[in-house]
Amino acid sequence: MIIFIALLASALRLATPLIFSALGGIFSERSGVVNIAIEGIMINGAFFAILVTKFTGNPWLGVLAAMIAGALTALLLAVLAIHLRGNQVVAGVAINLFATSITAFLLEMVWKRSGQTDAVEHALTGNPLTFLEKIPVLGELFAGLTPFVYLAFVAVAITYYVIYKTPFGLRVRAVGEHPRAADTVGINVYKIRYICVMISGVLAGISGASLSLGTVSLFREGMTSGKGFIAIAAMIFGKWHPIGAMLASLFFGFAEAVQIQASSLGINNIPSEFLQTLPYVATILVLSGFIGRAVAPKADGIPYEKGHR
Amino acid sequence: MSKKAVALMLVLLLVGMMFAGCAQKEEPAPAAPEATTEEPTAPEATTETPEPAEPMVMGMITDTGGLGDQSFNDSAWLGLEKVEQDFGIERQVLESQSADDYMPNLVSFAEEQVNLIYGVGFLFDESMKTVADKFPDQKFAIIDSSGLEKDNVAEIVFAENEGSFLVGVIAGLKTETNVIGFIGGMKFPLIEKFEYGFKAGVKSVNPDAEVIVNYADSFEDSAKGKEIALVQHQAGADVIFHAAGGVGAGLIEAAKEEGFWAIGVDQDQSHLAPENVLCSMMKRVDVGVYKVAQSVIDGTFESGTIVFDAKNDGVGYSDLAGNLTDDLKAAADKYLEAIKAGTFAVPATEAEFDAFVAPAL
Repeated sequence: MIIFIALLASALRLATPLIFSALGGIFSERSGVVNIAIEGIMINGAFFAILVTKFTGNPWLGVLAAMIAGALTALLLAVLAIHLRGNQVVAGVAINLFATSITAFLLEMVWKRSGQTDAVEHALTGNPLTFLEKIPVLGELFAGLTPFVYLAFVAVAITYYVIYKTPFGLRVRAVGEHPRAADTVGINVYKIRYICVMISGVLAGISGASLSLGTVSLFREGMTSGKGFIAIAAMIFGKWHPIGAMLASLFFGFAEAVQIQASSLGINNIPSEFLQTLPYVATILVLSGFIGRAVAPKADGIPYEKGHR
Repeated sequence: MSKKAVALMLVLLLVGMMFAGCAQKEEPAPAAPEATTEEPTAPEATTETPEPAEPMVMGMITDTGGLGDQSFNDSAWLGLEKVEQDFGIERQVLESQSADDYMPNLVSFAEEQVNLIYGVGFLFDESMKTVADKFPDQKFAIIDSSGLEKDNVAEIVFAENEGSFLVGVIAGLKTETNVIGFIGGMKFPLIEKFEYGFKAGVKSVNPDAEVIVNYADSFEDSAKGKEIALVQHQAGADVIFHAAGGVGAGLIEAAKEEGFWAIGVDQDQSHLAPENVLCSMMKRVDVGVYKVAQSVIDGTFESGTIVFDAKNDGVGYSDLAGNLTDDLKAAADKYLEAIKAGTFAVPATEAEFDAFVAPAL
């Protein structure tokens, strides 16, 4: 039982950054902008979270900084992809490279060394809702959670509500499916896309903060180690739906937790490489139509030109 | 038209930032422990400092870990810094962002005709073979790899198993739960040398202790390192050793939060958490780098494998934070002397470990 609880807590912690980033991907792609830059936005979020926490001593200001840094990085993508109608994938890749370099550069400016920052004193690695720890059995589970884990589920609920229950969400989906039609009924396609890409940046920024502030309380180059891409896989596996993306993220997190706990669970015969490929195999299966049909928003990745046929 | 101008400016900005990010670093010293317990043995041996008209240039190419890995890239750079101070050479570095950069970086130094090119890490294996053939007059040195069989490549290898054995002895004596953890980066022979040397050390002093072994399949994913450390701690481990580069940052954070002991690797990592880093296994890449540089300066450069082990202080343990009691140090030193004297051989592979019988000292 103890091992199972530990496994669950571990899975939740590992899934948290994936959930935030996958939600970010959903906002962007639902409005018709492919966001390959999630990895880079996470890197910037992780870095600025630590930077601001270092100088203010308040980790929540760090989270705020991560959100702002994420939004600004995403703004760069938005300008390139929406305003200038550049190739969205190329722009995203450029931003990923840019984020790796700018953080390495700033790290050296501020900490006078490269590779990794010092640990900040106040991070967000502990369970904020300590009263939950008094629940028998399950208390052990809550003790292992960070504020980001709770926030991730709140974010799923908000995303679901916004996209499916509000007029704004309807507009987002319209813009992502058929921007010309949306334009004809008076929806400002550019504005909606700008807003969505920036929300995407905010979420991916928090995702980065959950890695740096919520896990190791420092920033390290390369610490995102491809999680942004796994989040994109989770988004596709979850069929561009917030609940689906959450379940996919939990599934990937669970697979990784099982891999880590394999020896204590007594399963040594699953090669770790197999579990590592799981997110990508799942994505391929979904895209090729083996597990249900996943249909991307119709206008996903296509720049919109007003008045152009 | 103005759109095009904006696009152009953004592109220029991006490119500029990228260059700024990976610019050559001439000066900034890596964050390495300022005072290492044992000084490299080499510096004292210097007799003459030749003053060539133009300073020699030595180029170092990092692997993807890059400078600031708090580990062997930093250590190599530190060694070259020492060479710079002692012999007035000029040192240069190129950082590899991905494995695709190895070859171009090697070629670019070779075309500049620097006096010696270091490839830091066994991943340089293939590309160095190719480049060494193309530039037969260029001197190369590779770290952590042997068997290239080139007349112009010096191979610097370490007996990681011996250093790991010593921290294994310390861990085996320190543990109260009789459960000890080991976190490896990726499962290949180099890291297995750490694993089996460590296990042998534990076995020698505490045959009842269990060593839990996990591989992170990464040298960068510190979040995963923390998860693994938490799991091992949950399973009872109170001392955990890592040989996993950046993954170790997660271990040290977990040790701080949960209050158990971590053992650092490659360099003295106690400054990362003085209260929770018990000691560090030292792999003196700096010594290796220094010795080969010296041979080039003296004109005694030789190709082939140079082993750095306990005997020539190439590996060992370090405790800058002072967490080791005298008993523990005495025990580790006893085994260190025995290894130096060749009383027993430290296993480096699974087969050798299975056949290993704890020496009676």
